[in-house]
Amino acid sequence: MLAMSRNDILLFLGFTIAVLAMPIWLQPFGAAYPDLLQRFMIFGIFAVGFNILFGLTGYLSFGHAAFFGVGSYTAVWSFKLLSLDAIPAMLFAIAVSGVFALVIGYLSLRRSGIYFSILTLAFAQMSYNLAYSVLTPITNGETGLQLTLADPRHVDRMFGEAMPGQPVPTLLGQSLGGFAGFYFCAGFLIIAFFIAQRITNSPFGMMLKGIKSNQTRMNYTGFNTKPYTLAAFVISGMYAGLAGALLAVTDPLAGAERMQWTASGEVVLMTILGGAGTLVGPVIGAWLIKYFENIFSAINETILARFWDFLPDGLDHAAVVVSSKFVGEGWFLTLGLVFVLIVVFLPGGIMEGVRRIAHLFNRPDKSSPSQGKAAPQPQPAE
Amino acid sequence: MSTPNVVLHVADVHKRFGGLHALADIDLQVEEGQTHAIIGPNGAGKSTLLNVIIGKLAPTSGQVVFDGAVLTGRKPYQINQLGIARVFQTPEIFADLSVLHNVMIPALAKRDGAFKLNMLRSLDSEVSIRQEAEHMLEDVGMLSSQDMHAGSLSRGDKRRMELAMCLIQHPRLLLLDEPTAGMSRHDTNTTIELLKKIKSRGMTKVIIEHDMHVVFSLADKISVLAQGRIIADGTPDQVRGNPKVQEAYLGGTH
Ligand SMILES: Nc1ncnc2c1ncn2[C@@H]1O[C@H](COP(=O)(O)OP(=O)(O)OP(=O)(O)O)[C@@H](O)[C@H]1O
Ligand SMILES: [Mg+2]
Repeated sequence: MLAMSRNDILLFLGFTIAVLAMPIWLQPFGAAYPDLLQRFMIFGIFAVGFNILFGLTGYLSFGHAAFFGVGSYTAVWSFKLLSLDAIPAMLFAIAVSGVFALVIGYLSLRRSGIYFSILTLAFAQMSYNLAYSVLTPITNGETGLQLTLADPRHVDRMFGEAMPGQPVPTLLGQSLGGFAGFYFCAGFLIIAFFIAQRITNSPFGMMLKGIKSNQTRMNYTGFNTKPYTLAAFVISGMYAGLAGALLAVTDPLAGAERMQWTASGEVVLMTILGGAGTLVGPVIGAWLIKYFENIFSAINETILARFWDFLPDGLDHAAVVVSSKFVGEGWFLTLGLVFVLIVVFLPGGIMEGVRRIAHLFNRPDKSSPSQGKAAPQPQPAE
Repeated sequence: MSTPNVVLHVADVHKRFGGLHALADIDLQVEEGQTHAIIGPNGAGKSTLLNVIIGKLAPTSGQVVFDGAVLTGRKPYQINQLGIARVFQTPEIFADLSVLHNVMIPALAKRDGAFKLNMLRSLDSEVSIRQEAEHMLEDVGMLSSQDMHAGSLSRGDKRRMELAMCLIQHPRLLLLDEPTAGMSRHDTNTTIELLKKIKSRGMTKVIIEHDMHVVFSLADKISVLAQGRIIADGTPDQVRGNPKVQEAYLGGTH
C-alpha cells in the first residue's frame, strides 16, 4: 500500500541528497551559510505546501502568509509559556494554523476563482491589521513578539533552572543556531516533500487534479468537491504554519509583517516561477527567489557605482540611478519583472523549461515525465 | 416479463428562463431497462430536461423521482451517487489528465463514495481500478490512447471516452445528450453497438439524438419534444406514423 514507483523513490532520494548536501554545493555560489540555508528550507516548505492547494486544485490563495504568521506567533508563545524545545512549538504551530486554515478555508471556499482569491486576501489583511491593533497583547504589535529572560516557560522550569543568558530555542537541550538549525529545518523540508509526494500520487491527489481540470465533471461524477478543496486548503495552511514556526525557531522574533500581503504574494511567485503543480518546481522557485533576494537587496549605491565605473562620466551616474531602483529596497521591482517574463514566455515555470530542454535532448525516447504529466508533448499554460 | 417498472418519473415539470417557457408540463415515465429517446428540433428543451433531471437546473415547478427517491433539490453529486450518470452535449472531461485517469476517477467515485481522505495511499496500488478502466477503454476501442492527454483527443474520441467514464460506474440510469454528434459513420456504428450491448445488461437509458438512424436502432420508446412540450410519445413505429411529429420535426429536417 505504501509502495512507491521507482521514479518516485529516485526523485525523493535525489531531493534528499541535494538538500542535505546544500552546504557543499552552494559554496561556489556564496550561499552556504546557515542563515540563508535555513531560509531556503523554510520557504521551500511554504511553497511545497502552497502548491498542494494551488498546484493541485487550482485554487489561488492570496492569504497564506496569515497561516505562516500564525505559525510563528504560536511557536514563540510555546517558547515563552512552555518550553524552549522546538518540537512542541512545531506541533502547536501546525495544529493552530490548521484550525485557522479550517475556518478561513471554510468561508473562502464558498466562492471560487477570483472571488476566492479576494476572500483569502481579505482575511489575511484582516489578520495582519488585527495583529497590529487589538491583538497587541498577543502579538506585541509593531515591536514583535520575542523571548525574554522573564518568560514563565513552565515546563522548562519544572525540570530545573533556566539556562543563563538570552533564551534561544533548542532541540533536546542543544541550541539550534547555525548549521544545527539548518539540518533541523532540512529534516522538516524532506518530510514535507515526502508527504507532498504521497499526496500528489494518491487517489486523493488525483481528485484534486480532477477538480482543477473540471470541477463540473467531478460533481457529475459523484464527488463532493467541497471537502476535497477544504482538506487541501487546511493541509497547505498547516505547511505554512510549520514554515512560520521554523522561522521562529531560527529567529525567535515574530512580527506582523510576516502576514502582510507581500508575503502572501511571494509564495505565489515562488510556486509559479518554479512550476505550479510540479513537486520540485515550487522548492526551486523558493530557493531562487530567496537567493536573489539575498544578493539584490544587499546591493547599494556604492556597489553600483563601482560596478558602472567603466562607463564615461555622467553616463555612469545615470546607470547607477536607474539600476539602483532595482536593487536594495527595489528588489521587488526586479522580481516583478522576472515574474512577468516567466509568465509570458514560460507559463509552466522553470520546470517547463527543464522539460522542454530534456525533450530537445531525448526526442526519440518518449518516456513520460515523472510528474504525472500524461502529455506526450509539452502542454500550453493551464 | 412482469409489469413494467417505472424507474424515472418526470412529473409535471415546468422550467422558465425569464419569459421563455423552456419546459412546459413535462410528464415522462421511463421504464426499467428500456432505452427512451427524446427527439425534437433545436432549442426544443431537450438538454434543459436532462439538466433538470441531473440537478444542474432546478425546475420552476414539478419534480423528478428516481426509483422512489425525489431528485429535485439534491446536489449533482448526490444524484450521481444514486446511480445516474450523464454524457454531455459538449463533452465534460478532464482535459489536463490522461485518458486512463479520466476513466479511473469515476471508478473511484463509484467505489469510495463522494469523499474519501485516502491521501497516503498510492494510486499505483489501485490495481483493480486500473484494470477495470483498461477493460472499459478496450470496450469503447480506446485502449491504445490510454496514455494520451484527454484534451488532445478528437471530438468523437472525447465523446467515447466520456461514455466510458459513465459506463465504468455501471449506472442504473444513463443520460446521453447526443452521444454520437461529431463522430464518423464508423464510430457512430461502434457506439450504437456498444449501447446495444449495455442494453442487454439491463441499464436504463435516456438518449437525446438528432441522428434518426441512431434513434431507430436503439429506442424502445420515443418522446418528441417541440417548444418545451411533449407533442407525441410511443414506440418508434407509433411515433414514425404520427402526422403531428412529421409536421413538427421529421418532415421538416429529414
Ligand atoms: N441556462 C439557460 N438560461 C437561459 N436560457 C436557456 C438556458 N438553457 C437553455 N436555454 C434556452 O432554452 C431553450 C431550450 O434549450 P435546450 O438547450 O434545452 O435545447 P435543445 O433541445 O437541447 O436544443 P439542441 O438540439 O440545439 O441541443 C433554448 O431556447 C435555450 O436558448
Ligand atoms: Mg441540447
